[in-house]
Formats: sequence, structure tokens, C-alpha cells
Amino acid sequence: MNVLIYLIPLALALGALGLGAFLWSMKTGQYQDLDGAAERILDEEGDEKPL
Amino acid sequence: MAGSCCGGDLGVDNAMCSAGIRDFNRVEELQRAGHAEDDGTVRYVLSVPDIHCGACISAIERGLNGLEGIVSARVNLSLRRVTVILDGPDRSPDFVLARLDQLGYAATPVDLGDLGNSDERRKADRLLKSLAVAGFAAGNIMLLSVSVWSGASGATRDLFHLVSGLIAIPVVAYSGQVFFASAYRALAARRLNMDVPISLAVILALAMSVYESVTGGAEAYFDAAVTLLFFLLIGRYLDQLMRDHARSAVLGLSRMTARGGSVVGAGGTLTYVPVDEIEPGMVLRVAPGERIPADGRIVKGASDLDRSLVTGESAPVSVALNTDVEAGTLNLTGPIDITVTRKADESFIAEVMQMMEAAENGRGRYVRIADRAARIYAPAVHLLALFAFLGWMIATKGDWHASLYTAISVLIITCPCALGLAVPVVHVIGAARLFRQGILMKDGSALERLAEADTAVFDKTGTLTTGTPRIAEAGIAEADISAAKALALHSIHPASRAIAAYFGDEPAADLSEIKEVPGFGVQGVLDGTVVRLGRADWVGEIANTAGDAVTGSGLAFAREGGAASGFTLSEALREGTPEAVYALGEQGMGIELLSGDSVAAVREIAGRVGIEAFRAHATPAAKIARIKALQSEGHRVMMVGDGLNDAPALAAGHVSMAPASASDIGRMAADFVFTRDTMMSVPFAREISIKAGKLVRQNFGLAVLYNIIAVPLAVSGFVTPLIAALAMSGSSIVVVTNSMRLARGGSLLPTFKRSKETADESREALA
Repeated sequence: MNVLIYLIPLALALGALGLGAFLWSMKTGQYQDLDGAAERILDEEGDEKPL
Repeated sequence: MAGSCCGGDLGVDNAMCSAGIRDFNRVEELQRAGHAEDDGTVRYVLSVPDIHCGACISAIERGLNGLEGIVSARVNLSLRRVTVILDGPDRSPDFVLARLDQLGYAATPVDLGDLGNSDERRKADRLLKSLAVAGFAAGNIMLLSVSVWSGASGATRDLFHLVSGLIAIPVVAYSGQVFFASAYRALAARRLNMDVPISLAVILALAMSVYESVTGGAEAYFDAAVTLLFFLLIGRYLDQLMRDHARSAVLGLSRMTARGGSVVGAGGTLTYVPVDEIEPGMVLRVAPGERIPADGRIVKGASDLDRSLVTGESAPVSVALNTDVEAGTLNLTGPIDITVTRKADESFIAEVMQMMEAAENGRGRYVRIADRAARIYAPAVHLLALFAFLGWMIATKGDWHASLYTAISVLIITCPCALGLAVPVVHVIGAARLFRQGILMKDGSALERLAEADTAVFDKTGTLTTGTPRIAEAGIAEADISAAKALALHSIHPASRAIAAYFGDEPAADLSEIKEVPGFGVQGVLDGTVVRLGRADWVGEIANTAGDAVTGSGLAFAREGGAASGFTLSEALREGTPEAVYALGEQGMGIELLSGDSVAAVREIAGRVGIEAFRAHATPAAKIARIKALQSEGHRVMMVGDGLNDAPALAAGHVSMAPASASDIGRMAADFVFTRDTMMSVPFAREISIKAGKLVRQNFGLAVLYNIIAVPLAVSGFVTPLIAALAMSGSSIVVVTNSMRLARGGSLLPTFKRSKETADESREALA
């Protein structure tokens, strides 16, 4: 069962990574204009970050 | 004329002069709406209702980005807003508006302070973060717990408990704050709310589990504590999200009341003064298309006023020198100067606002169904847990460990999921159904109140009717149509607009020397002959017939020396109104019509839509009095109205609805705002509210049933905290699934044919 020494931190780290990604995307305003994001993907000239 | 109107070198003719003042006001207003950022830039938020697709986004962003002074500009399609960051506080934002205008988008500044929802937004953000953290912890702890249940023992089990504890303690400390703070506030005020047993259960379960883990015991229930938080946070977040959404959508609609005015100083200079700094004796200039900011008397100029906001009457009124004018009326045709007679906060509008406030305080006493249930539920849960603990202490002769476990199980198993989760889920689904049909809801309690209403009271102008007149009959010769349309297009008078709309796609003639004569009509020159459109007696002056078919105050058109032809105006009924009145009657509602208009006009409309009970000449106070009278007879009144004059009645009603075309104050006062033109929105919303009410009661029923089975088991000690947590989750899922049934069913009413077009229209109206 010694493999748990690696597996538990690994599981936690992956979970924390997901949590961190969510909090980051929220903080950078990526949920503020979901309709707009759907349209912007069709815009060829690239795009800047949300204000 | 030009010089006397504007003074100085502002403008050369009437039209330019008024446009000058209007823009001037708009820019001043905009500058106040700016928000200074820490890095010296200034952020402006503009409401641009015409944004509706990806092409608009790129057109606006490319049109604005790169202009000198603009650091960046970004469109928000969901909210139909543009955020613009300018490089410094000294830069006037007028060029942004001008550029947007040039691109074909009308923009209105949004006062960020006015939005007042930044606090709410922070609250929603905080809840979402708590939810994310709790979800992360619940998943990981569950993973470890599953291993323990499947047989991990000895050092492995202790390690798993320890890791679970290390995750659970900080997570509960962070995510649980919402409940702890609310529970603390309730206790400090010597009350009990639902958050008290929740907090108690979570903290006790956590403390017990920590003790077990440290002493190497077999039973640790970190999973129960954290899963409980996770489920409850979902409910809280949904509740918050719904309020947030509706509020920002309503505020995004353009404003209708004046926030300031242009004061004429010595030498004819104009200074913008916000409405609360306007003093009696000041001379204000009001351009056509603007609202009068304070009560006063006309000292220069003449015009027509749209007083529908104040009186509810649809016909414009001519005003001239020395006429008294009220704040909130809309100046239609000519620029006027007024001396202010009363301060803005003593004006008619202000009186209405005070009435509204008083009426709203009365409604504040309404207690939501979940809170009513919580008042009984919370003390019962505490007593039950306490008795379970004491009973076990006596039965086991002081085994505090087993006793406390039973008590915690009772607290967790009676966790008020039907109250904490199922009610907001029903309301959110109800709000989403309504939203798809273009109906915005302010908060969940409105849905509860709507289901309770048994009497509907309608306003006439702007509610049952569209408020804009329509041409019922035109006796005009074919050859004159283009000239009449050209004249009609020149004026923003509602009658002119109706004529222009009536002629639709007909070409407009090329006229010269067009001028608007306030109070009379529009005049122009076509191929050397004078043509007039306006009051029949004024038009008759140039016609060869004295207009025998045309009455004195009617509407007419004539060429110089030609025959006068008349137009008959009538009020256009809002689409689906008779059907809506019928549908409400079918739902068992009493229906009344209260209007400020004349008896004849009210009787005609009442007859057309099929309402038997009506009252004419109703002032705002009279409307409130009628609603109070109905309420004292035991009725619950739903008020449907739009204007400033209805606002107090909207606030006084048990529940209220307003069309999107309503005045700003009307929309603020109403619980529901419907953005589609059809009146069928009203019975539709009520239908949904009734269904939602039924589902909420079913959910309570399910919760009670579950408690009847689970509580005796918990008290007798057959349920461990783990099974309690699973049972609680299971009951939550049953209740949520039941709530989902509200999402089923189409639009219910035949007039709600879903099509891309109507969907787009409602989205546009929302922005």
C-alpha cells in the first residue's frame, strides 16, 4: 500500500489544479459574457482579454 | 428665431439648437457616470440596446479601438453593454458616443454607482467560489471515504481520516462562512433561522470527526459535513444568481426621468446642473425630446407636452407662455425656457416616489414561504436533536459518545433540503421559463405572491393600449401621401409618428422650408405651394374648404388652396389584450380597470377588451385607495401598469407587472417586467407561478414524508451520520428532479409561437 504515498498527493494535486483553473477563469472574467464568447470564436482577427 | 432660441453661437436653426442642448446634457451625464481606476484611466459603461450579434461586436470594437484617447473598448453581448476605458479624467467621452452614433448604435451611459449591484455581484462571486471549493473537497473526501467503507483499516484508515480532516477543516472554515455568518446574525437578534441547525450540524460533525481521527477511532464523517455544505451552497447560489440576473436586465433598459437640466445663465450661457441642485428661480432650457426636470412656469417659447407620465392621458397638450408645467413631462415640439417654481424634490415626481416608498414598506412585511416554514422547522429540529441526546444519555447511562452521534445524525438527517434547495430550484426554473417568454422576474417571492393574487387591476394608457396613437382612418388623396409623410417624418409628435407609420413604405416628398409650429403642426413648401399637417383649424387656414368634414381639434393635411383631408386617431390595443383578460377570468381572477383618462375613453377601451369594472379620472392616490380597499376586502391585488402615475399603485399591489415600455420608475416598482408586446404574458406568468407554487408544496410534502420515515430511525440510533448524509443527498435529488418538471411543457399559450425572430426581438428589448 506504499503506493498511496504518491497517489493521494497526486489525486489531491489534480483536484486542486481543476479548482485553481476554475477560480482563475472566474477571476479573469471569462464567465461575464457567455453569449459574446460564443460569437467571438468566429471572429478571425483574434481577440483581447475581457476588461 | 435661431438666435433668440439658443443665444450665443450655439446652433443655427431650431433642430441643431435642440440637438446641441441634448448632446450637451448627455455628455455631462456621461462624465458623471465615469469611474476612475487606480492607474489613472477612466472606465465608462454604456448601454447599447442594438447590439445583437457577432458582427455588432466586431463593428463596435474595431470602430472604437485605436481611436485616440481610448485605451480599450469591449462589448458585452449578454448584457448589451460596451465598456470603454479612456486614458484620463480630462478626456471628455462625447467622441465615443458620436462614434457609436456614426456606427449606427444609440448608446446611453450607465451610472455604475446607480447600478447598485456591485455588492450583489460580489456576493454571487463569493458564493460561487465557496461552492467550487466545497465541490473540490466533497469529491476528494468522498474518494477517501469510499476506500474506508470498502474495508481500509488500521494505519491506512487513520491516514485517510487525517487527510480528509486536513482538507475538511479549512474548507468548512471558508465555504461554511455564508451559513455561520447568517446563523450568528440570527442568534444575535435572538431568532432562529434555517442556518442555525445547518451550522450546528456541520460544526458538531466536524468536531466529532476530528476527535475520532486524532484518537484513532473508526468513525469519522468529514464527508457528511462537506457534502452537506456543497448541496446547500448550490441552492444558495441559484437563489442569488436569479436575483442578480433579473436586476441587471431591468436596469439595462434605458432611463426615462431627467437627471438634470440646462440652466440659462447671464448672457445666455448654458450650464448643466444635476436635478438635486436645481433651485426655485432658476431658468431652465428644455429642448424637444427632453423631460422637464422640475416644476415650473414657461417664460419663453411654446410647445406640446406629452404629460402621459404624470396624468396617464395619451393626447399631447399645447403649452405657451405662463403655462405651469410639471416635472417628468416630455417636451415634444419646441424649445422652451421655464422658471423653476419648486425644488425637484418637492415636485409631483418626488411626491409619487414618497408614496411608492410608503407602499413598498407595507409589502416588506411579506414573509417568503421557505422562511415561514423555517420558523416552525428550526426550533423543532433543535429540540428533537436535544431530546435524542438526552434520551440516549439516560438510556445508555452516560455514554456521551453514542449520544452525541445520534444527535448529530438527527441534525444531518433533518437537514432542511426542501427549504434550502428545492424552493430556489423551482424558482430558478420558473424564472428561466418566464425569461424565455420575455418576462423578467425580480425575485422568488414575486412568484409566490403572483400565485396568491386573485384580483387583477389594469391601467389603461401604455398598458392595455400601447400608448402610441394609431391612424384608424385617413381620407387623404393618393397624390398628397408623399408630402404628408415628409411632414410627418419631421416631427417627433406621437400623431406625426403614427401618420409616418401609417404610410409605411410610401416614399417621402422632397420638401423645403420645413418648420414645426409648436402646438399647431408642421409646415413645408412643395413645388412652391405651402403644405401643412397638424390641427385641423390651423390647416384649414390655407385650405380652400374650411374643412367641414374635419373637426376643430382633429388632425388634417392640406395644400395651399386645396381641400383639407382628415385623419382619425385611435388608441391601439396592446396585442392579445382581450385574450389575456379572458384567460385571467378563466383562472378565476376578478378584473378591474383604473385610469386617469376621461370616462368616455376608458369606457370605450373597457368595452373593447371585455372588462366590466372600470374607474376613470383616477389619480395615483385614488389608485392606491382602490387597491387598499380591495385588500381590506380580503383580496390580493395584482397591479399591471406602466407610467409614473401607476408606480405607487404598482408598489402597493400584492404583486405587480409592467411592460418593458413602462417608465423607469414603473419598471423599478414592478415585480415582473414583460418585454414582448403581447398582454398574454400576464396570464402566462400567473400560470407558471401557480405551477411553481404547486411544486414547492409537493417538495415540502416529499420532505415531510422523508422525515417521518428517517427521523424515528435516526433517534433510535439505527442511522450513522454517513447513512444520514446519503439519505439527505438522496432526498435532495428526489426533490430537485421533481422541481425539474416545471421546465417541461411548451409555451402553453397559442400566441407564444416560438420563432427566431421573436426570440431576437425579446433579446433586443432586454438589453
